[in-house]
Order: sequence, then C-alpha cells, then structure tokens
Amino acid sequence: MLFQRYRRGLFITAFLAAPVTLYLVYVISPYIQAFYIAMTDWRGVTAAPRFVGFENFSRLFSDGIFWQAVRHNAALLVLLPLLTIVIALFFAFLLNVGGGTGGLQGISGSKLYRVIFFFPQVLAVAVVAVLFQQVFRPDGSGMLNGPLMALGVKPIGFLSDPDIAFWSVLGVMVWQAVGFYVVLFSAGLASIPRDMFEAAQIDGAGRGSLFFRITLPLLWDTVQVAWVYLGILALDVFAIVWVMTDQHGGPDFSTTVMAAEIYRNAFSYFRFGYASALGVMMFFFTVGFAIISLRLSRRERIEY
Amino acid sequence: MTDTPQNITRRQLLRGAALVPVAGALAACATPASKAPASSSAAPVATSAANPFGVAADKPLEVWIFDGGFGTAYAKDIHQPLFKTKYPQAQIKIESTKEITKVLQPRFAGGNPPDVIDNSGANAMDFGALAQDGQLHDLTPLLDAPSWDDPNVKVRDLLDPAVIEIGTYDGTFSVLGYVNYIFGIWYSQKAFRDNGWQPPKTWDEFLKLCETIKKSGKMAPFTYAGKFPQYLYEPLLTLAAKIGGPEVLVNIDNLEDGAWTSEPMKQSAAAWAEIGAKYLMEGTAGLDHVQTQTAQNKYKVAMLPAGSWLENEQKTTTPADFEYGMFPLPDFTGSDKMPYGTLHTSPGENFIVPAKGANPQGGMEYLRAMLSKKAAGDFSELVRTVSVVKGAGEGRQLSPGAASASKAVTAAGANTVTYRWQTWYAQLKDEAIAATGELMTGGLTPDKYLERLQKKADEIKGDSSIKKFKR
Repeated sequence: MLFQRYRRGLFITAFLAAPVTLYLVYVISPYIQAFYIAMTDWRGVTAAPRFVGFENFSRLFSDGIFWQAVRHNAALLVLLPLLTIVIALFFAFLLNVGGGTGGLQGISGSKLYRVIFFFPQVLAVAVVAVLFQQVFRPDGSGMLNGPLMALGVKPIGFLSDPDIAFWSVLGVMVWQAVGFYVVLFSAGLASIPRDMFEAAQIDGAGRGSLFFRITLPLLWDTVQVAWVYLGILALDVFAIVWVMTDQHGGPDFSTTVMAAEIYRNAFSYFRFGYASALGVMMFFFTVGFAIISLRLSRRERIEY
Repeated sequence: MTDTPQNITRRQLLRGAALVPVAGALAACATPASKAPASSSAAPVATSAANPFGVAADKPLEVWIFDGGFGTAYAKDIHQPLFKTKYPQAQIKIESTKEITKVLQPRFAGGNPPDVIDNSGANAMDFGALAQDGQLHDLTPLLDAPSWDDPNVKVRDLLDPAVIEIGTYDGTFSVLGYVNYIFGIWYSQKAFRDNGWQPPKTWDEFLKLCETIKKSGKMAPFTYAGKFPQYLYEPLLTLAAKIGGPEVLVNIDNLEDGAWTSEPMKQSAAAWAEIGAKYLMEGTAGLDHVQTQTAQNKYKVAMLPAGSWLENEQKTTTPADFEYGMFPLPDFTGSDKMPYGTLHTSPGENFIVPAKGANPQGGMEYLRAMLSKKAAGDFSELVRTVSVVKGAGEGRQLSPGAASASKAVTAAGANTVTYRWQTWYAQLKDEAIAATGELMTGGLTPDKYLERLQKKADEIKGDSSIKKFKR
C-alpha cells in the first residue's frame, strides 16, 4: 500500500517535472533576470552591465511619454471590455434568444452571422493591423475615406490625426474581439435552462426584460471571465499599435501603450536596462489588475 | 490493477523529457555574462604593402547587408567578386536583412558578431551604444592603408573629409559611410518643362510656384512622407542653416542652450508651417514615403523633399520619361549667411567592422576593396547614386536624377551642411518626428514646436545615462 502511494507520487512527479522545469526556465527565470537587468545600465551589446540601483525607476517617474502610455492602457482597460461586452452580449442575445415571436430561437440567418462574427478572430493581429492601415488610408484609396471623399466630405485622418488615432485603435480592437465573445456568450446562454426563458415568456416578459432579468444575471459569471480576459488584452496590447499606427504609437505618441514604450526603449534606444524597468512596472500593473479583478469577482454562483 | 505505468521504456522517456529543459536552461539566460575577450584582434598574418592588415587568405568572411533602397545585388555582384579576385580561397558569406537590429543585436550580446555590417535603415543598431561598449573596430588603419588601385594614394585621400568627421565616435574613426546622400527638393524635369515651371531660386519664387501649381489644378504643389516627418525636418533644418550659417546645426548637435529656439530656426519653422497649411497634397499626413513618391510618379504632386536614394527607390514606378531632377533650397532672404546652392549632404549606408568579430582584418580589407574606383563606380551606376569615393563617377553613365544631384554637389563646393543629433540622440529624433508632424498639420505653432524640441534637448542634456557627443 505504502509502496503504491510512493509509486503514485513518483508518477505524478514524472509528469510534472517537464512542464514545471520548462516553466521555471523559460518563464520564471527570465522574469527574475528582468528585475536584475532593470537595475543596470545595460545597452544590449556589452557583456558587462553596470549596476545602478534604482536609477532607472526614478527616471521612469518623470518620463512623460511612459505615463501617457499608461493613461492609454488605463483608458483601454475601461473602454475595451465595456464596448466589447455590450456589443457581444447584444449580438449573442439576438443570435440565440431574441429572434422571432414566441419561439426561443435566434433571428433568421443567425447561424451564418455566427460564422461571420468569428472571422476577425481567425486573422492574425499583424494581418488585421495591415488591413486596417488600408481601410483607414487618408486618400481616395481608403475604404472609409474613399466613399466620404466621393460625397465631397474632407477625408478623415483616422490614423494621422492625433485626436482620432486612439479611437481608431480602440475600434479595431473591439472589432477583432467581439466575435470571440459572441461565441463565448452563446455558449453561456446555451447552458441556461430553456424553461427559465419559457416561464418568463409565459409571464409576459418581452425581449427587454428577457435580456435584463434572465439573460444578464444568469450570464454574469461568463461576463466576469470576459472582463478579465479583455482587461489582460487591454494591458498587453502591442502588435496592433506597433504595426498599424504611424511612427509606432503615434502620431505624436497619441496611441502609444506600455508595451510599445518598452519595445521602443529596448530596440530603438538600446536602453535595455531602462526598458526592463518599464517592464517591471508593467508587471506590477498587471498583477495589480489581476488581484483587483479576482477580489471583485468573488460572488455566489447561481445554481440551477 | 495498479495506477502506475509498468512499461519501463515509458518511464525512461519521461525521465528523458524532464532533462530536456535542463539542457535548455543555459540557452534561456537573458542576462549577459562576461566572456574572455576574443583574441582575434591580432593580425593572423604578417602585414605588407599589398596586404596592409595582414589578412589570412583562407579565413572565412561574413558580411551583412541592409536590404533597403539599394538592394543587395551590389554586394553580391560587385564587391564580393572583387574581393575574391585577391583572396580566391576565402569563403565569403553575404547575408542580408531589413531588420539589422533584430538579427544582429543578439550576436553582439553573444560575442560572435559578423565581420562587416551595413548598419543602415530604420532598424539599424545605435552607433552610440555600440561605440560606448567598444564594439566598433578602429578603422584608422584603413584610412592610412594604401588604396586598392594605387599604392601611392592612401584611402584617406579618396574620401570626402565629411566621411571621416561623421564616422568618428569618441575620437576614433569607426563608421564608414559609403554613399554620399544629397538632400534637396525633387521634381520631374518633364512635368516642369511641359508646364513651363522653373525651379525657384528664392523663397518668394518658391511660394509663387506653389501658388501657380495649386491654381493650375493639374497637381498638388508639395508633399512629404507624412507618416515619417523626418523627411520634412530635414529641409527645415537645412533652410535654417542656410539663413544662419552651419553653426545653427552645430549648436543643435551639441545640445547648446536655446539652439532650437534660435532666430533662423524660428524663420525656417514658420516658413515650412506655411507650406504645411497651404500647399500640401491632400492626405499627406497619413501617407508614407512610398505612397507620396508614387503619387509624384503619377504626376499628382509636383515637389517633395528627399535624398539621392530616391531615384533608385522609385525605379519600378517611375515613368521612363519622368526625368528626376533636384534643386537646392531657395534663398530665404537676400542676407542669408550661406549662398544659393548650399546643400545638406551626409554620408550614408554606414559600414562597420565589429571589434569582436572573427576576422576584422578581412573586414577592413573588404571595405578597402569597396573603396576602389571600380567597385565605387560600378556601384554608382548600378544603384543610381553618388558614392563617397572621389572621382568614382567620372566617365560613367549616370541617370538623370543622379546627374542632377552630382551637378548640385559640384556647384555647392564647400557650402555643404550636415547634422548628427538624430543618430546621436534617438529620443530627440522621435520627439522631432512627432513634433514636426504636428507642426505641418497645424497642431503646433512654430514657436511651440521649437520650445518643445528645446525642452527635449535640455532633458537629454540633463540625463546622465545618455552618452553625449560633440562636434
């Protein structure tokens, strides 16, 4: 019996050893090294970085561009989940419950829409970014500006006007994210017992009260999961900004985000030490967000 | 029934799998570790007049070329064969990339950089960082070596003095610019001839020309690579130097107090802001260099600022009878410090020999071959540009744009200006790019624009972590 237990432990260890070692070597150890590099003046090419203590961190607090990036991340953290979830919930409701009179099914053609909504999710982020560069082109070849100019309106600098560029980035991110959450919420809706909807309908509930009184409360868990996922997406956004916007986070740093500033400091200014310090800051922001969202989402589950 | 596997080979497999990441642990190390310095700096072979660096005839050579406006054919078809004629046993590996930093920075950190690098393009490695870390081989022996063609002429005497000035970091000549970039305003000689337009000599004429072109309705007067406003701060700075003399730019380079907000800079910024407000092609701010240059090839816009690489870069979209031409910045007032014809020239396509490479002698020898009359002349013809080697373009068939630029250089004589802050201080460059875009789209007034750049320059001056340079 004892031997059996020992064998069992060995078996589990054998299975865990590989992934845990991989995780330690390729994830945890670089994190720890980043903390060390953040306290050096390493410029990326020398073999002997000089230790400078917290100099990089004190410099960081007066770095206006980095804090601008933090503000953009914060704005995304609020707006991206909000917009995506509202739109995705609306679509998921229409596709699954909100259609027709009487019967509890999606609006006609909902199967086709479900596939179409999922398209953006299939595209790689870099592809989406390059695609939208063309969509947003400021001349007659732009997909949005072409028709506008044909109507005699002055073209809009979606990516070249510093007041608009951030909203363009947000728009693209929402566009890409919505499809996945429509599917996620659809799955959530499928797990809500049908009789709940039927009971509500018999009691005379319209589409509005079906949504707010039944769907939303019963989907609340899924919505919270979506919120955390989208929050992480908002904090580590990089590729869309770097590839799509002018001057990588411009014009005039109007779309830059933390990850873009880390990349810029490391690979165009060759300040790897300082970039690591920014990375350490981003690490704390992300951990902070994770803790807050875990605290807030502690809530009793509804059991059917 | 037991809940453990009985199969011995499966357990061996698991044990083996557990060992794999341990083996990979070394590879995952992000922190650099000092290694014993490579002993490659000593010449492997005795030096002689024919072999001034002591190149080992059979030692392999690794060359990395930036795959940009000039392509890579010049290295493979001109330089490599020439080097081979002298060292037939040497294995030469010519590699190319558009992403110099991504590909080569890890090799510097790992202590095994290649032997020659064309460190150019938007993703070039920072020369300041390389110099600060002693990664650049001293190229002074190259300057003092006899030239490839004539043992009585030193390499130093073939080069424009600006090449040596610009390639010097911390008092050591370590970067060889190969191409002489000539900056100016580019136009189609055909379009100007057909419409009876004249390249302007004064700023008033320039404004009148813009007005005429605008009224003609045939094309927009002016554009620049709106996504990359560094294309516009170039003529802005050159105009300021023309108004106030080369010291305007020297002061900016040296991060002097108030260098950006000097009077000539104010005049120039205001002049260009007016162009931005009145004469830009629609949508300029959102277009890149290829899109605006192609618009010019389609006769949608008359003029744009660029450098002498333009003609080669646009060779696939330029109509056969387009006839590129270039004119220098017009006189701003009657009392400009520098005469008409003053040009901004700057050596570009920066070649370096890494100090810790395996074969730095071979690297320098490769550069010496590149600076031969034949290599430089063939290069000029192939990529339609002007090299830094004096007289290499003589008797060659130059394309209209290259001919026009060469003529402008000859006419300018000693009246050339240059600036270096953008390679020394990358942060200042990014700020200038962002602010210049704002200036041209009306988001910043000329005064606010210059104040903002002055503030950034002061910030850099006060930052002890950024290495400072002087000229």
